[in-house]
Amino acid sequence: MIKFLLKGLIRDKSRSRLPVIVVATGVMLTVLMHAYIKGLMGDTIEMNARFSNGHVKVMTKAYAENMNQTPNDLALIGTAKMLSNLKNQFPEMEWAQRIQFGGLIDAPDENGETKAQGPALGIGLDLLTAGTKETFRLNLTNSLVRGKMPENKGEVLLSEGLSQKLSVNPGDKVTFIGSTMNGSMTVFNFSVAGTLSFGNEILDKGAIIVDIEDVRNALDMSDATGEILGFFQNGFYDDESAINTSEKFNSAYSGNPDEFAPVMKSLSQQGSMGQYVAMSEYWVNYIAFVFIIAMSLVLWNAGLLGGLRRYGEVGIRLAMGEEKGQVYRTMIFESVIIGLAGSLIGTFLGLFFAWLIQKYGIDISGLMKGSSIMMPSIIRARITPADYYLGFIPGLISTVLGTMLSGIGIYKRQTARLFKELEA
Amino acid sequence: MEISPIIRIEKLVKKFPMGKSEFTALNGIELIITRGEFAGLVGPSGSGKTTLLNIVGSLDVPSSGEAFVLGRSIGNLTTKEAARLRKENLGFIFQSYNLLAVYTVYENVEFPLLLLNYSASDRKKMVMDSLEWVGLADKIKSKPPQLSGGECQRVAIARAMVKKPSIVLADEPTANLDAANSHNILKTMVTLNRELKTTFLFATHDDKVISYLRRKIFLLDGNVDREEIKPN
Ligand SMILES: Nc1ncnc2c1ncn2[C@@H]1O[C@H](COP(=O)(O)OP(=O)(O)OP(=O)(O)O)[C@@H](O)[C@H]1O
Ligand SMILES: [Mg+2]
Repeated sequence: MIKFLLKGLIRDKSRSRLPVIVVATGVMLTVLMHAYIKGLMGDTIEMNARFSNGHVKVMTKAYAENMNQTPNDLALIGTAKMLSNLKNQFPEMEWAQRIQFGGLIDAPDENGETKAQGPALGIGLDLLTAGTKETFRLNLTNSLVRGKMPENKGEVLLSEGLSQKLSVNPGDKVTFIGSTMNGSMTVFNFSVAGTLSFGNEILDKGAIIVDIEDVRNALDMSDATGEILGFFQNGFYDDESAINTSEKFNSAYSGNPDEFAPVMKSLSQQGSMGQYVAMSEYWVNYIAFVFIIAMSLVLWNAGLLGGLRRYGEVGIRLAMGEEKGQVYRTMIFESVIIGLAGSLIGTFLGLFFAWLIQKYGIDISGLMKGSSIMMPSIIRARITPADYYLGFIPGLISTVLGTMLSGIGIYKRQTARLFKELEA
Repeated sequence: MEISPIIRIEKLVKKFPMGKSEFTALNGIELIITRGEFAGLVGPSGSGKTTLLNIVGSLDVPSSGEAFVLGRSIGNLTTKEAARLRKENLGFIFQSYNLLAVYTVYENVEFPLLLLNYSASDRKKMVMDSLEWVGLADKIKSKPPQLSGGECQRVAIARAMVKKPSIVLADEPTANLDAANSHNILKTMVTLNRELKTTFLFATHDDKVISYLRRKIFLLDGNVDREEIKPN
């Protein structure tokens, strides 16, 4: 009997191929949409992580309290030891020391007189050590507009915007004016190696990227660093592991009253990023939910129509003496097969396209002009485990529910009425 | 030949809801059909032929009165029992054939036997026998859309006969057929009635069908108006 029904299902294209295509399309869109939104939200988090927050960040307790002022007078001392401790305790993570600093950049003319001046946001990071991951992490090489990457001490990168404002070119000298760790004024000369465009308003306006050893010299911070950032090796922020890692690290210092004791904070525990992480999770879930509901309605309807179309066949089978319950069950059974096949194909296709977008990305830089939050200019999808099963909610469950609902008519109607519809 | 009532109808009333009131389609039918009859419900459109046939076929239930088919009271059957009665004892032939379009001739005829759990070898023999009776043994692999109307109706007859039911109910079986095909299938049914002793009950207003009936039951406004029995 089941063989007989399957034969019919496969032969009747309007009952098998078409519904499978409809279900697969719906499922594919659901999976793709979810991965895309996840990627969009995640990319913004990753960008902030890479430039300033890390997935986790180690600072002194005092520094952490005033983090947005980047108080380098409260920096971590004994960086080398701290770094090797971190590498021992958390070998699965990548660690990078950073110094964020502010100051004035002064561009002198050929006589050494000030030609132009502007405030700058400085990031000190490891640019020169062989095999440093930082240039890759911040995508510096690809962001280069003019000039080249720094190769020697004293060479820096300026954002293209700042270089235009100061009318400096690669090869020119600039002077940094700021204050040292101890609060005294410092003046330091750099040579501009190249200019950068980040595709981000804040950075493009006035960033200066300096090798961390140069920053240490300039700010008098030997063996000190403002922050040590930790990154998960897969490159994706995971709030739960980040919080766990921080708790593990902090337990060694709990109860230590020293305000220079180190403390680790997850990205979500740093300022407004927590809100963003929570909001992005909320949005991903919300959008996925709305989308799943919409797709479910579509597929529910498709299941419903598919079932209604078959009242004629149902009538014949009832006349032959098949029981209503059995006819109903076989209809459900068919819809399970259709839903399963459609969901599998749709999930596969959705994952495939999501993977393409994860790999190659979609360039939205044109849309990002004037944006003040740090958002990436290339959106990449991000495939998460949920994408492997999410599509089955509309694909399987709604298809089957729709069929179930339409099949109720079999019970409600007088058998003779089914025939009236059949004769028509 | 023993004369036993295979269908017994007493004071049968069937009302359909029509808006707020009711419409009485059958109004106190009294009728007895005996085993092996070749009888027909005859009458103008709307006289209640199909309604009565549907009740005898357990596709519908009486509003009041009784319809006994093979000793079972149609009004008191559960849907399961009604399905079982149809499965084991009743064959249906409809005006519009009602074949399953995606299945072959063979599979359409085989379907009632699948419901009865016959073995594959029994099924094969019974399906082929049945298709021999209607002269379609050479078309087993065709599908209904490839057949003529006459051929489709012969497949429907083979499907109704394959399980050798006690009763075959045929509602306007010739309505979509030309004269030659109508005579052809009617002759087939007469032969089956004679050889297998199957009871046939028709609903029709087609003169060709009427001319083959041995017993004509004239319905008018939901009542048996009169009867004619063809002398042997
Ligand atoms: N489900 C229903 N609901 C309401 N009225 C119905 C229903 N089925 C039949 N009727 C009415 O009952 C009457 C008898 O219908 P029935 O189909 O039995 O007639 P018939 O003799 O078979 O006619 P025809 O020769 O046109 O097939 C008709 O007036 C019809 O409109
Ligand atoms: Mg009728």
